[in-house]
Amino acid sequence: MDSFGERSEMRKPKFGVVVFPGSNCDHDAFYALHKVLEFDVNFLWHKDTDLKESDVIILPGGFSYGDYLRTGAIARFSPIMNSVIDFANKGGYVLGICNGFQILLEAGLLPGALLQNISLKFICKDVYLSVENYESNFTKGIKDKIVLNLPIAHGDGNFFADENTLKELEDNNQIILRYSSKSGNVSNEFNPNGSLKNIAGIINKNGNVLGMMPHPERSCNRILAKTDGSLIFNALVNNIYN
Amino acid sequence: MKEPEVTLELAMEHGLNEEEYNRILKILDRTPSFTELGIFSVMWSEHCSYKNSIALLKTLPREGGKLLVGAGEENAGLVDIGDNLAVAFKIESHNHPSAVEPYQGAATGVGGIMRDIFTMGARPIASLNSLRFGSIEDARTRYLFAGVVKGIGDYGNCFGVPTVAGEVYFDESYQGNPLVNAMAVGIVKKKQYASAIAKGEGNPVMIVGSSTGRDGIHGATFASEELSEKSEAKRPSVQVGDPFTEKLLLEASLEIIKNGWLIGIQDMGAAGISCSTTEMSKKGKSGMKINLDKVPLREDGMSAYEIMLSESQERMLCVVKNGYEDRVKKVFEKWDLHCEIIGEVTKDGMLEVEYEGETKAVLPPFDLVLGGGAPVYTREQKEPSYLKETRVFDFSSLSKPENIQEVFVKVFSSPNIVSKKWVYEQYDSMVRTNTIVGPGCDAAVIYIKGTNKALAMKTDCNARYVYLNPKEGTKIAVAEAARNIVCSGGIPLAITNCLNFGNPYKPDVYWQFTKAIEGMGEACRFFETPVTGGNVSFYNESPDTAVYPTPTIGMVGLIEDLKNITTSYFKNEGDLIYLLGEDKEELGGSEYLKVIHKKVAGDSPQINLPVEKLLHDSLLSLIKDDLIKSAHDVSEGGIACCLAECCIINEEKMLGAEVKIHIITRTDFSLFSESQSRIVVSVSTNNKEYFESKLKEFNQSFTYLGKVGGESFKINDEIDLELNKISDLYYNTIPDIMNSEK
Repeated sequence: MDSFGERSEMRKPKFGVVVFPGSNCDHDAFYALHKVLEFDVNFLWHKDTDLKESDVIILPGGFSYGDYLRTGAIARFSPIMNSVIDFANKGGYVLGICNGFQILLEAGLLPGALLQNISLKFICKDVYLSVENYESNFTKGIKDKIVLNLPIAHGDGNFFADENTLKELEDNNQIILRYSSKSGNVSNEFNPNGSLKNIAGIINKNGNVLGMMPHPERSCNRILAKTDGSLIFNALVNNIYN
Repeated sequence: MKEPEVTLELAMEHGLNEEEYNRILKILDRTPSFTELGIFSVMWSEHCSYKNSIALLKTLPREGGKLLVGAGEENAGLVDIGDNLAVAFKIESHNHPSAVEPYQGAATGVGGIMRDIFTMGARPIASLNSLRFGSIEDARTRYLFAGVVKGIGDYGNCFGVPTVAGEVYFDESYQGNPLVNAMAVGIVKKKQYASAIAKGEGNPVMIVGSSTGRDGIHGATFASEELSEKSEAKRPSVQVGDPFTEKLLLEASLEIIKNGWLIGIQDMGAAGISCSTTEMSKKGKSGMKINLDKVPLREDGMSAYEIMLSESQERMLCVVKNGYEDRVKKVFEKWDLHCEIIGEVTKDGMLEVEYEGETKAVLPPFDLVLGGGAPVYTREQKEPSYLKETRVFDFSSLSKPENIQEVFVKVFSSPNIVSKKWVYEQYDSMVRTNTIVGPGCDAAVIYIKGTNKALAMKTDCNARYVYLNPKEGTKIAVAEAARNIVCSGGIPLAITNCLNFGNPYKPDVYWQFTKAIEGMGEACRFFETPVTGGNVSFYNESPDTAVYPTPTIGMVGLIEDLKNITTSYFKNEGDLIYLLGEDKEELGGSEYLKVIHKKVAGDSPQINLPVEKLLHDSLLSLIKDDLIKSAHDVSEGGIACCLAECCIINEEKMLGAEVKIHIITRTDFSLFSESQSRIVVSVSTNNKEYFESKLKEFNQSFTYLGKVGGESFKINDEIDLELNKISDLYYNTIPDIMNSEK
């Protein structure tokens, strides 16, 4: 195969994409996972509690509840999130993208915080990301590529954690992605938003919850000449079912 | 609450003149109530009635081609794009609000135009904008510029529609009165579009979306007068936007439209409930009886007058099929939005407004609205005196620059030419995952999911040309928009226009307006790109002067096959560079003249429409034959700036170029001439002969310029700059200015 990565043919996993009021990457995630990558996908309404037997939950990007109060702060209290938190605590796979990452932090499923970008401006552009951990189920098997090219689009993506949390993240190999140069050089010059240590994505200790600011769902379709995002989705599916 | 007594003085305070007030007395055969006066004043404001423009607008080509819904028939025009789909698009100004409150002014401009699209039942797929400010060296300009960009970004980003293209110009003429034009594009199934109509006696009328407050009262009237020092005090006339609510309103509206439960729907923009109730009634030749006690309010103690005139955002008026009220309510409840029945459609042809047990207004909708009984004027016009001076400008009097490279550096780093990345990186240009070509190229290209097609879209207007020659300049605006669409591989379909002019009561302004419309009509007829609608914004004046006449053109084109998508930057080392079209050394209104010689003078470049059309047809044919690797139109800054852009627009892969430009009389003239109908293309060496033979066959003039390659940008023996240098100028000029603490 090409850059889409290899695909397990064993079983079709079911994805559930949560729809909060103000989610605006929900349809993009659905399209990428269902129409392009051909997985089964259900939308999950924020007022419901049924996860519809999903194997993987996606918390999509957007501005849930208008991002009023604080990004992700209100979404965290929606009925569906109680189910998502239970699901995650039992080892279920959850991927929070952009606003979804912010919600995961508010829900306490991941440590740290996302502050306003250091420029105080919204930033939308393609960035390079160095994959820092190839052992996680979200990244294991991504061959050939050490650097992913994915878009970011956020106003609050400046990752912060206190010293102890950072140390823990590093010690446990929980940092999955860092902003980098095209060749994988992680330095301040390639940090788009002021994130601590260029952190762009982290997993929980158990390795079943990933939060990331870049948008893999925007990078699955050859028509848009961007496909690196599919590497993450396909890696996850292969790793869960192999 | 007792309403004030209505007199001529009070009417004049509302912006109506004596003639108009007498007309009201005659229509009603009595003195209007205060609430009625308020309704008349906003409905007959320039903004809602188009009273000084509609007679001329009707001369524009407004049908034909693939138009399904023509200008003025619905909230936006609708064009057939095949596959059972149609595209709805429109541009609108939010100039005055943005001049006093840049953030909210621009944000609500985006919100308003989005609602125009989704009230048609179309899902918005792209947002564009055309912005004009005073000199960027001025601190207030930078405040307005930053605020407007943030307002557009925050609204569109949250709403979830990508902002994909646009233009930004800086010129002293916009110093006191910036222009903020927002355009939206949406897609709808051909037979599923909604109408802004009220009909069927007894059908319930619902107000949905946000609650109603005092914000934006008289916003339409405020938009219909000149800005002055007192304008600051009108900040309360600026509405406040809530993109989150609008996103919910979008989803809920599309859901009820799709289900076929509606008779009609219209968004509430200017003049709020007044406008939506009267326009929908007039369209359906119906009446409407509404009770304002049912309108969800966000403030206490609001009067009927205030409720009728409020321009609170994110609201819609729906006429629902009898018996479907509960289903509609359920959808809005699901999205946590207000949905209240406030009245019903009647057959007596009158709008009747009740509040707190009293009848507050009984008016004939027909007489209130555009296309009905609203006034229509043709104003006095006179050629402006400045043209006598600008036309006779003697270009040979210009000093010859000694160092062309220095001149190039200055022109190329003009804020009007350099990359607007500082702007568009603040916009989410990729959400909805359809953006094949985003901001930074000639036109944006947006994929239509489920097909093998895409839409190309762009806004264009060089207002200096229009200032120097309104008719020719406007023809150029249309031609340039079409050229940009063609350079992207698209066939121009139709346009929307945003006509930003000064005070129409000034004969020279009205002359500019008249000539611009003539030029637009001529060009649109020639390119077969009808006008689907748009917006007129008069009174763009600051205490000193009117803005340059700025008829912004928003154009949409169809890319029939994804393989035809073409971008503007060079692709490979060794490719051959050609110019299609010819230079005529035209410097009138050029960036070179302004930047180097500090002048806006001469005549605009001339445009020959058949020559332009041949260029489009030739290029599209070559693109279909897969002969074109890149295509970029020559515009501001002439061929020198165009070529430099081709080298560096793709930041991931910058490529040098070495070219020879034929000099007609002077190097500075030939390199920076802005002659129209020119496109720089690059072609693989393998295709050289076939490419050239095709052009000869078409009778399309062309010149070989040189080759792509190397680390430098070289023209003749005059310019030799490293790519790093020109990319630094191109990408860092605006950030450096905006980050400086001047």
